[in-house]
Amino acid sequence: MNLIMFLILFPLIPAIIIRLIPSERVRTSTVLISVAIIAVASIFLAFSSLQSGCQYFKLPFKNAGTLITVAEIVLAVTFLFFCRRLPFRKMWIPVIIFIQYIPVQYFELSGKVPVPVNYLILDNLSIIMALLIGIIGGLITVYTVGYMPRYHKEHPEYKDRTSAFISTIFLFFFAMFGIVFSNSLSWIYFFWEVTTLCSFIMIGYSRTDEAVDNSFRALWMLLLGGMGFSVTIVYCSLNKSIGTIELSQITAMTNPMVMFPVVLLCFAGMNKAAQFPFSQWLLGAMVAPTPSSALLHSSTMVKAGVYLCIRCAPVLHNTSSGTTIALIGGITFVVASAIAASLSHGKKVLAYSTIANLGLIILCAGVGSSLAIWAALMLIIFHAVAKALMFLCVGTVDQQTGSLDIEKMRGLISTMPQLTLMILIGIAGMFLAPFGMLISKWAVLEALAEKNPFLILTVVFGGALMMFFWGKWMGTLVAVTGKHMNKEKYTGIYEWAALYSLTILTIGTCVLFPLTAVYFIHPYIMTIYPGFIGDPLFHHDNIIMVLIMLGFAIFLPLGFLVHWEKLHYSVPDLGGANVHDPERFMGSMGESREWHLGNYYLNDIFNEQKLLLPANIVTLLIISIMIIAVII
Amino acid sequence: MSFLKKSPWIIHYDGSSCNGCDIEVLACLTPMYDVERFGIINIGNPKHADVLIITGAVNSQNASVIKTIYHQMGDPKVVLAVGICAASGNFFRDCYNIKGGVDTVIPVDIYVPGCAARPEAIIDGVVAVLKLLEEKTKK
Amino acid sequence: MKALLGIFGFVIFAPLAGGILCGLDRIVTARMQGRYGPPVLQSFYDVLKLFQKQNLVVNRFHGYFLFCFLIFLIISGSILYAGDDFLMVVFALTVADMFLVMAAYSTNSPYSFIGAQRELLQMLAVEPMLLITGIGFYLAAGSFDIGHIVSVGKPLIFKMPGIFFGLVYVLTIKIRKSPFDLSTSHHAHQEIVKGLTTEFAGPTLALVEIAHWYETILMLSFVFLFFASQPVVGILLAILIYFIEIIIDNTNARVKWQFTLKSSWIVTLLFGGINLFILYILK
Ligand code: SF4
Repeated sequence: MNLIMFLILFPLIPAIIIRLIPSERVRTSTVLISVAIIAVASIFLAFSSLQSGCQYFKLPFKNAGTLITVAEIVLAVTFLFFCRRLPFRKMWIPVIIFIQYIPVQYFELSGKVPVPVNYLILDNLSIIMALLIGIIGGLITVYTVGYMPRYHKEHPEYKDRTSAFISTIFLFFFAMFGIVFSNSLSWIYFFWEVTTLCSFIMIGYSRTDEAVDNSFRALWMLLLGGMGFSVTIVYCSLNKSIGTIELSQITAMTNPMVMFPVVLLCFAGMNKAAQFPFSQWLLGAMVAPTPSSALLHSSTMVKAGVYLCIRCAPVLHNTSSGTTIALIGGITFVVASAIAASLSHGKKVLAYSTIANLGLIILCAGVGSSLAIWAALMLIIFHAVAKALMFLCVGTVDQQTGSLDIEKMRGLISTMPQLTLMILIGIAGMFLAPFGMLISKWAVLEALAEKNPFLILTVVFGGALMMFFWGKWMGTLVAVTGKHMNKEKYTGIYEWAALYSLTILTIGTCVLFPLTAVYFIHPYIMTIYPGFIGDPLFHHDNIIMVLIMLGFAIFLPLGFLVHWEKLHYSVPDLGGANVHDPERFMGSMGESREWHLGNYYLNDIFNEQKLLLPANIVTLLIISIMIIAVII
Repeated sequence: MSFLKKSPWIIHYDGSSCNGCDIEVLACLTPMYDVERFGIINIGNPKHADVLIITGAVNSQNASVIKTIYHQMGDPKVVLAVGICAASGNFFRDCYNIKGGVDTVIPVDIYVPGCAARPEAIIDGVVAVLKLLEEKTKK
Repeated sequence: MKALLGIFGFVIFAPLAGGILCGLDRIVTARMQGRYGPPVLQSFYDVLKLFQKQNLVVNRFHGYFLFCFLIFLIISGSILYAGDDFLMVVFALTVADMFLVMAAYSTNSPYSFIGAQRELLQMLAVEPMLLITGIGFYLAAGSFDIGHIVSVGKPLIFKMPGIFFGLVYVLTIKIRKSPFDLSTSHHAHQEIVKGLTTEFAGPTLALVEIAHWYETILMLSFVFLFFASQPVVGILLAILIYFIEIIIDNTNARVKWQFTLKSSWIVTLLFGGINLFILYILK
């Protein structure tokens, strides 16, 4: 319990120190020390309580409840404060804040909200999340320390507010740890809104018009999700047959009344996980410096959304609402993958692939069977690690070459070999067998085989599209163009440290996945489905097959280091019209001309403009129908 | 044992032929002559090919192309000059742009005479090439 | 033990059978065109010849990529013949194909590059149907395990005719036959030089050929699974399907990638999807 409180509260200390002391030396050392402390604390927590099942804790100290209520009010005022300069036509944003805070605060202050007994929860799900936040989030922070000075050198027009940025990151940790360890809905609600605030600050970091616009878009969209919480809290207080705001109790109920709050919580979760139709806030978040994207996409923020849905999964199992939620996840998976296939902007592709992967996780949560949850947890872990790595790599490439265009990354393996290798590992971890995603995808298909074939179709088609856009990217990177000019030397020590650690983590999680399954995931599923006897992956020779493939996948690439003999070098076939420079050919008029290569983007089939609107409308309709159906 | 002679793959390059010889080369692939009986395939890609068949004379523009194609073929390889144009330039020899036969730019192994060379002659040439290929492999 | 025997058999006999099948393919094709055609063992001569040629490369990586391609293809088939999970077979196949695509990309040559793009498109067109086949087996036979699927009493074709049709449709893409031989083609077919394989020469190209034999056998094994309870009928039907593919190959011109992608997805959705729904409802 003390350790939990430590993890939640400790990040506030560096947040304040960094905010108050502007010196760069102090900032760097504070970051390094506190990241180390957080990581060690979360690992220690994992080791000490991994086998102890699900534990609940009462109020940590006497006035903690009041403190949170006060903090909630402060938060609401902060939101209003940020809205002060909004033009009149956007005045509906503060109205959302009023609508959601006034009833909740009224209920809380007048004591109508049932008082929870267990405020905090500690089980394997929280531990997995805490590890992701503590370790991956920490590494991203280390990267940020090296990244920000360079960022400002490149963009002299932005005001340097690095310390605010980094202290927001720590505030983020505070909120994330709060979410995963809280059991009381009103506490989760508070931390939930803190993450909204943090992402608002981060997105608007550069204070350009676009950034400000996007940050407000994120604000109102996320506040809409927060609305799900406030209605849930009010509903749970009013409805006597529920009469609790403890998440663990709500998700354990068989009462049909409980469906309404659970659906609302999932609504909030899907909103935070940027599912259609709420995907726009996450895309807008790309204007921020890259580390914040890495943070939002990998271990924090969106993962809070899927975390909540997974908590609700047992209630959703075998219900029509669950299937509907799974359907939204499935649609998101296909459409986001299709859009990603049509884009060449590196960060955008990453963003859509995040949305797609989260869709898959939501789909699993909606299905809610033991194997589906197994798959969802695996997906969360693999995705967090690989996505953080990808974002940081792409950010570095951007800094060195000044371009995020995938087409311009052709031949990157010649100019930035180490970094390219990392990107390749990250991509392989994203979709390629036998790395992480294979195992998860396999489990997803296995879990869905008995379910509605429509869900299977979404997974199957989405998966194929995913393979297509990652494949293109991988191929573009490995093209050997022969221009050797190492551009990596300008990357700093903090960046390398973070990148290498994440690479090792990506490979590590893939290789050690049986251990993850046995020690982290199985005990958790056992607590919700006591009859669970390990997943079928461990029943056949499958596990051996996967491990053999892993062996090949890891050791085969080592062959690239060998210089094979008896090779005779030649130039590419250009129909005989080669000239001295391999990038040019002899034109018909006898002078040499350059040739260009470009990937297929299938823009006439999978087009962002074409697909986004229908997808949003359809998912919006499905969500409204679901909520109305549950109310009736 | 050399398998080269069991599967010679051909690339056919048209220099500045009048297309007479080209048509005869392609005629070899038709049901009438069917060179695939000997495993011969017209592959159209220098990197895969073993035999370079050139019809027509070399002019100043395609000289470099012929050289490139020749160098892009993996050893062992042979060159077959089909038709009199390819052998010596024929009556185009004195044109302002003609350099002469194929052997002015790359070494030629077998010359197939005729204007146009008859398919039988071409097949004969290819069979002669097969022997040569075997010798070259042994080297 | 049985599994090891299966793997061993596949690794040894698949290339032999595949090579002979390709030789027969060329003879049958020649006869359809009124020609005599090469000897049955021609494919082996070709490969042996390629091994005797100079190893011409553009860079030192692509040959190795192809080696990985072959290895993963063999792994994929081994999983099948060891009687393991069907989905794993498909996933390993995807990895293998990915290596092929990377090999083509790494040459940085325009023709290879276009071939690689088209190969990716073909993978995009094929993969859904392969996975749906797996799910269909699960619904019809109750397991993803190939060992189990084979031991089901009645031929599964009666339960999944739609899926069977869809699979045969994408088979044309997978074994690189017209009208879907977009990325690279066979024998005397040519377009955009040799597509994907343009830059591979000598021993490197031989690897591609051998991989093609394995791939053909693997694909025909998928067909066989539908008739697994009657092995003799199954083998005959698999050969019949291959014969039908040859007929299609010889009677169709190559189509555009748009048509390939759209038609195979529509077939997948219509035949595969509806068949899945029926299986699901019957269950
Ligand atoms: S040899 Fe005669 S037929 Fe052949 S290309 Fe020359 S002119 Fe034409």
